[in-house]
Amino acid sequence: MAEYKGILVCGELADGKLASITTELLGCGRKLADELKEELSCLLASDAVSAAAKEAIAFGADKVYAVEHPTLKEYQADSYTQVVEKVVKDISPRVILIGQTSVGRDMAPRLAFRLGTSVTTDCLNLSVDPATKLLVQTRPVYGGNAQAVFTSQLMPQMVTVRAKTMSPLERDASRKGEVIPTEVDIDTSKVRTKILETVKEEAVGIKLEDAPVIVSGGRGMGGPQPFQTVLKELADLLHGAVGASRPPADNGWVPEHLHIGLTGKIVAPDIYIAIAISGASQHTAGCSGSKHIIAINKDPEANIFREAEFGVVGKYEEVVPAFTSKLKELLAG
Amino acid sequence: MPVNMIVCCKQVPDPEAPPSVFKVVNNKMTVPPEVKPVIGQYEEFALEAALKIKDTAGGKITALSLGNNFVRDVIKKALAVGADELVLLEDKAFEDGDSWSTADALAAAVKKIGTYDIIFCGRQSSDWDAGQVGLGIAEILGIPAVTLARKAGISDGKAKVERVIPDGYQVIEVTLPAVIVVTSGIGALRYATLKGIMAAAKKQPVVWKPADIGLEPSKTGAAGRRSKLDKLFQPVKESKCEIIEGETVAEAGAKLAVRLREAKLL
Repeated sequence: MAEYKGILVCGELADGKLASITTELLGCGRKLADELKEELSCLLASDAVSAAAKEAIAFGADKVYAVEHPTLKEYQADSYTQVVEKVVKDISPRVILIGQTSVGRDMAPRLAFRLGTSVTTDCLNLSVDPATKLLVQTRPVYGGNAQAVFTSQLMPQMVTVRAKTMSPLERDASRKGEVIPTEVDIDTSKVRTKILETVKEEAVGIKLEDAPVIVSGGRGMGGPQPFQTVLKELADLLHGAVGASRPPADNGWVPEHLHIGLTGKIVAPDIYIAIAISGASQHTAGCSGSKHIIAINKDPEANIFREAEFGVVGKYEEVVPAFTSKLKELLAG
Repeated sequence: MPVNMIVCCKQVPDPEAPPSVFKVVNNKMTVPPEVKPVIGQYEEFALEAALKIKDTAGGKITALSLGNNFVRDVIKKALAVGADELVLLEDKAFEDGDSWSTADALAAAVKKIGTYDIIFCGRQSSDWDAGQVGLGIAEILGIPAVTLARKAGISDGKAKVERVIPDGYQVIEVTLPAVIVVTSGIGALRYATLKGIMAAAKKQPVVWKPADIGLEPSKTGAAGRRSKLDKLFQPVKESKCEIIEGETVAEAGAKLAVRLREAKLL
């Protein structure tokens, strides 16, 4: 039986550059590797990865397995999983860290079932048990109403990690590491899906994930219109973006890409203004990393007031226009 | 072409219940009896996805669920809205499994059902939220899977799926049989008609025990887990919210603006 050693980060690229989730995983992986006194490696698989490979070293990797293949430009589960499976079987890592992203969600369970191991998805916290050397994996369950701690005896120990929960290391271009070009034959007969079309839907303007201020509306908004008027006016004033909890997205009041929560986007702005949002754990899972949360809700018992730093109890139709107009006055003066 | 579909559904405590009712006792989640179980939200979307295909292409829908002590009226909702059959893997031995043991048992049931073009699952259950079972079934059966589907249809003997990606969507064609894992955007599950409810009331679900699908009770459920649950807990959160008040709520709104400026937040 192979000896399982080291930490492997499954990296991702965004527009050809190392994705922020990957720098977070490398930061987390570096700590775990140092604690275990083992190596941290990173797998990058796309059409061209050499620039990102150097970045991965600057962010903490000792080794980068660089797989370049034209068919890997766009993620397709059946080709991508083959590559990861092959590399993992070659290097037998003790721990595999994957982002809880569109790619990670889709790939990690396939890989785990293929390798006959388990994966714990959406982890918020990882540590090494000093006695057993096992990875202690903490993740939210019941829509965020509780947290569960898992371990697994099976190797490799696999987890996916929620975005923005781990800190990247300071970038250090002088760090030394090794880039290992790795060839993997992709069996295209095993690719059973075909991407017919890729459609960008994101609205122009500030991206939700990058916005310093987010003005978010919930079920209590009652329909699509206030998102385009009351909320947009406030968001524009603060150079922020409009978001939503799940019900407005499910009801089609806003496009799905504005949905913030466990199954939507995870955001961590400086200011998060939650309007007519009850604060179900499902939603706060997506915004609890915000620096300051401000809540406006007509129900004084609403859970969102437990998360918020400042709040007003009242109907949004009355509170928000008064808040916006006073703020306009203060910001002008 | 009539399409044979299996929809995996899970009975869960209503996730829309207020967070305060969820209490961890002895490493298990408990909810008071007034919190009624429901079919998980994403499995409802999965059912709707199957019904939409049945509307246009025709075919048969088998709802499949795993658990113990099903509330018949809850799980029979699948029949009431238009599923043709209901298969329950119901036994104490199925309790407290993980994604592995659940996918293993469901895949065994799918094999026993035998004829299928599409297996629909929800993207994640409303209790454990792991998001693995659909993909696990596909891996065990050796068939393709497309996840985060917000639309699914059939053309030329293949499925055409809209898969949500971070900044839009992809149209993906997949060979059949396949697993399609559904997210929101499919549309809410339709209401049951009176006729549907009456037909469902008369229909008895098929109940299978582990032996019926070739599993040993000692290797499924909690005994079939690959990950160990060491602890379930609820982090204590202290509220520190400063509530801004005023003569009127509008005044409170204005005062909030002043307070946030004072605190140098805006």
